[in-house]
Amino acid sequence: MAAGEVNVYSARKEDLIKPLLDDFSKQTGIAINLVTDKEETLLQRLQSEGVNTPADVLLTTDAGRLAAAQKAGVLQAVKSEMLAAKIPAAYRDPDGYWYGLSVRARPIIYAKERVKPADLSSYEALADPKWKGKVCVRSSDSIYNQSLVAGRISHDGEAKAEEWAKGLVANFARSPKGGDRDQIKAVAAGECDVTLANTYYLGGMVNASDEAEKQAAAKVAVFWPNAATSGAHVNVSGAGVTAHARNRDNAVKLLEFMASDAAQRWYAETNNEYPVNPAMPPSATLKAWGEFKADTLNVAKLGELNAAAVQLMDRAGWK
Amino acid sequence: MTVSLEPGASAPRLATSPIAGHGFFQWLRAQWVGLDRWVLLVVGVSLLLALPVLTVFVTALQPAGAVWRHLADTVLADYVRNSLLLMLGVGVGTLLIGVPAAWLTSIHEFPGRRLFEWMLLLPMAIPAYIIAYTYTGLLDFAGPVQTALRESFHWSRQDYWFPEIRSLPGAVLMLALVLYPYVYLLARAAFLEQSVAVLEVSRSLGAGPWRRFHAVSLPMARPALIAGVSLVQMEALADYGTVQYFGVSTFTTGIFRVWYGMNDSIAAAQLAGLLLLFVFALLVFERFSRRLARFHHTGNRQFRPARLALRGRWRWLATLACLLPLLFGFLLPAGQLAIWAFRTAPRMMDGRFWHLLSHSLSLALGAALLILALALLLGYGQRLRPRPLARAAVRGAGLGYAVPGTVVAIGVMLPLAAIDRGVDGWARQWLGLSTGLLLSGTVMALLFAYCTRFLPVALHSVEAGLARIRPSMDDAARALGATPRAVLWRVHIPMLRGSLLTAVLLVFVDVLKELPATLILRPFNFNTLAVRTYELASDERLADSASFALAVVLAGIGPVILLSRAIGRSRPGYDAVS
Repeated sequence: MAAGEVNVYSARKEDLIKPLLDDFSKQTGIAINLVTDKEETLLQRLQSEGVNTPADVLLTTDAGRLAAAQKAGVLQAVKSEMLAAKIPAAYRDPDGYWYGLSVRARPIIYAKERVKPADLSSYEALADPKWKGKVCVRSSDSIYNQSLVAGRISHDGEAKAEEWAKGLVANFARSPKGGDRDQIKAVAAGECDVTLANTYYLGGMVNASDEAEKQAAAKVAVFWPNAATSGAHVNVSGAGVTAHARNRDNAVKLLEFMASDAAQRWYAETNNEYPVNPAMPPSATLKAWGEFKADTLNVAKLGELNAAAVQLMDRAGWK
Repeated sequence: MTVSLEPGASAPRLATSPIAGHGFFQWLRAQWVGLDRWVLLVVGVSLLLALPVLTVFVTALQPAGAVWRHLADTVLADYVRNSLLLMLGVGVGTLLIGVPAAWLTSIHEFPGRRLFEWMLLLPMAIPAYIIAYTYTGLLDFAGPVQTALRESFHWSRQDYWFPEIRSLPGAVLMLALVLYPYVYLLARAAFLEQSVAVLEVSRSLGAGPWRRFHAVSLPMARPALIAGVSLVQMEALADYGTVQYFGVSTFTTGIFRVWYGMNDSIAAAQLAGLLLLFVFALLVFERFSRRLARFHHTGNRQFRPARLALRGRWRWLATLACLLPLLFGFLLPAGQLAIWAFRTAPRMMDGRFWHLLSHSLSLALGAALLILALALLLGYGQRLRPRPLARAAVRGAGLGYAVPGTVVAIGVMLPLAAIDRGVDGWARQWLGLSTGLLLSGTVMALLFAYCTRFLPVALHSVEAGLARIRPSMDDAARALGATPRAVLWRVHIPMLRGSLLTAVLLVFVDVLKELPATLILRPFNFNTLAVRTYELASDERLADSASFALAVVLAGIGPVILLSRAIGRSRPGYDAVS
C-alpha cells in the first residue's frame, strides 16, 4: 500500500470501468476502492457525507450530473496541463471542476429495408406527420432523452421544442417502453421504422455473442441528423475530484490515466464510445458509421435545462 | 411478508400488574409506573426503526416549489390511477390464484397434490423485476414468440393483435405471479386450521363442497386472506423495478422523476408522503376488517378428516389450477433464465461470483437474525406490557414495508450522516481528532435499512406465534411450579419454533432479492448477486445477467422449501395426520 489508494464513486457500471481501474492499479500500485450506483444517489451520498466523505473521485455517465455536482459544491477545481491538452474545451469545465472522458452520440437509427436515408434530415423533422405510427422511443424517464430534449430547448427555444415534442409523441408507434437496445430491436423487427438510440448500444449489438442481437443490428443503420444545423446530440461521461478528497494527488493521477491514449483506446474498443481526444481513432465498428458533425453546445448546458426538459415532456404527453 | 398462522392474530392482553391504591392519582401513578423499561424499550426501538420514514415526512413538511402545479396539471392523475389499479389488480390476481390453490391442496386429494403443496411457493424466490425482464424477452414484439408467429403465418405488424406485456395489465400479471405465494401461504394455513367440527356440522346439514367453501371456509379464512392481500398490495405499491421497466407511471416512478429529473427532493418526499397515506388507508382497512371478522377455534389438537378425493374431470381441473401458477410463475421464467445462463455462464462466471454469493448470503442471514431479534423484542414487549402507546409505536415502525427501497435508503442516509457529522464535530472540538464516518457507508447502514423495510414481515409471524400461546398456558405452567425461564424454554420456544423459522426464512428471501437500498447504501467493493444482476440487466444485457439472476433464485429456493415444511409442522393436528 506504499502508493496509497483512491476511492471512486462511479455511475458507470462495474463491467464498464473495472478493467480500466485494474490497469491503473497495476501500473501505479495505487489501490482502488469502488462503489457503483446511479449518479443521482451518488451525488446525494456525497452531499450528505460532507467533509467526511471517503470518495476522492466522482465518475458519471452524463455531463449534466457533473455540472449539478459542481453546483452542489462537492467537486474541486483541478489544473492539469495533460488533461487540458488531451480534452477539447467543449467537453470539460472551463475551471477544471470536471473533465469529459468519453463521448456518446444519440443519432437516428432506421430500418434499412423500409427507410431511405434521403427521407431523414433532422431530429426536428421526425415530428412531421409523415412519420405517424413509425417512431419508437424510450420513456422520458431516460436521462438520454431528457438530455436530448434539453439540447432541443437550447437550440430551438422552449416553445418550438414543446411543439416538436408534441409532434414526435403523435408519431409514436407505441407507448414508450424498454431500453435503447429494445428500441433498436423494435426497428429491426418492424414494429416501427426509426428510433433514437446511443451508438454504443448498437455497437454492443453488432459485436454481441447472441445471434439474434447481431441479426437485428444488421437490419438497421445510423443516420447523423442535423448535419446542416446544430449537429448530432452528444453527451459525455466524465469525472471530477471531490471537494474533500483525501487522496487528491492519486485522484488527479487517475483522471490523467483515463485521458491517456491507452485508456482512450480502451473506451473506444471495449465500450464503442467516441474518445474525447480527437487525435484518437474510434473503433472499427464506429468508423463504419461514418464521420459526423457533433453538437458543440457545452454539455453543462444540458444539465441546467434538465428540469425544464422533463416538465416539457410531461406536457407533451411523452410517457 | 407476514404469515399469521392463526386468523385474527394479535397479541392477547395480559392483566396489567395490579398496583395497590385507589383514585385518580393512583391510577395516574400506575400509568406512569407502567412506563417501565419494557415500554420504553419498545417505543425506543420502534422510533429508531421509523426514523427513515419520519425523515421523509419531515422533509415533506417543507413548502413545495412550483412542481406541484405542474404535476397536478399533467401526470398526477396518472400516478394515482395507475397505482390504485395496480394495487387492486394485484390484490384480485393473487386472490384468484392463491385461494383456489390453497383450498385444493389443503383439503383435497388429486394428482400431484403433494408436490404442489410446496412447489406453489417457489415463485416467491423470483424477484419481480427479474420475472418482468424474462417475460419481456419472451413476449415482446422482437421476442421469440411473436417472431415465430410472424414467420409461420407470414404476418407483419398490422396483421395481428398480441397482448402487450409491457403495460399496466402486464405489470399486474407479473407482480401477481410472484406475490400470490404469500396469499396462498396464509390461506392454506387458515384452511388447515379450520375446525373440523364446523366443517362436519355443515356437511351433516347437507351443504355440498361448493357451499361449504363459500359459506363456511371462505368467510372463516377471511381475516387471513385480508392480511395476505394487504401485504401483497403494499409490495405492489412499493415496486419500482417492474413498473419502471414497463413504462407504467405510478407513485414510485413519479417520486424518482420529480427527484432526479426535476431535481426537487421536497416535492419527491411529498409524493412519497402521499403514497404513505395510501398505505395507511390500507392498514386501517385491514385492521378494521379483521376486527369485524374474528373467529376463534376452541381446541388446539384436532383430527382432520381424510382428504376429499376429487373424481373425474375435477381431478384434472384441480391439477391444472395448481399447475398454471407454478408454470407461469416459476417453471417458465426459471427455464428461460437457465437457457440464457447456460449460454453465457462460461463467459460471465469468474472468481467474483463466490464473493457475490457470500455477500448475498451473509447479508441475508445477518439481517434475518437481527430482524428476528428485534421482532421478538417488540412482540414480547407488547405482550408483557400492552400499552396503546407501545402498540402505536410498533405500528408506525411497520410502515417502512410499503415504502420503496430507495426512499428508505435516503431516509437512512440522511440521519446517519447527521449523526456522523455530530460525533465528528464533537470529537474535533473536544478531542482534537476526526472520527470521520462511523455509520455512513458501512454494512450497519445497510442493515438499518433492511430492518426498517422488513421488520413487519418478521413481526407478523412472531405476533401470530405469540398469540397462540394463551396467557392461561403461562399461568398453568407457573401454577405447576415452572420458573419464568422454564416457561420460556419449555412452553414458549417449542410453540414458537415454527413461527420463528418462518420469520427468519421470509426475511432471508426478501433481503436476498432486495435491490434499491443495497445499491445505494453498500460499502466500497461490496457487491451482491442482486446488484450484479441489476447492473447487467439495466445495461440491457439480459442474457448475461441470467447466471446471477438464477443464483438469486436458487439461493432463495432452499429457504422456501424449508418454509413450506416448517408450516406443515407447526399446524395443529400435524401429529395426528401423517
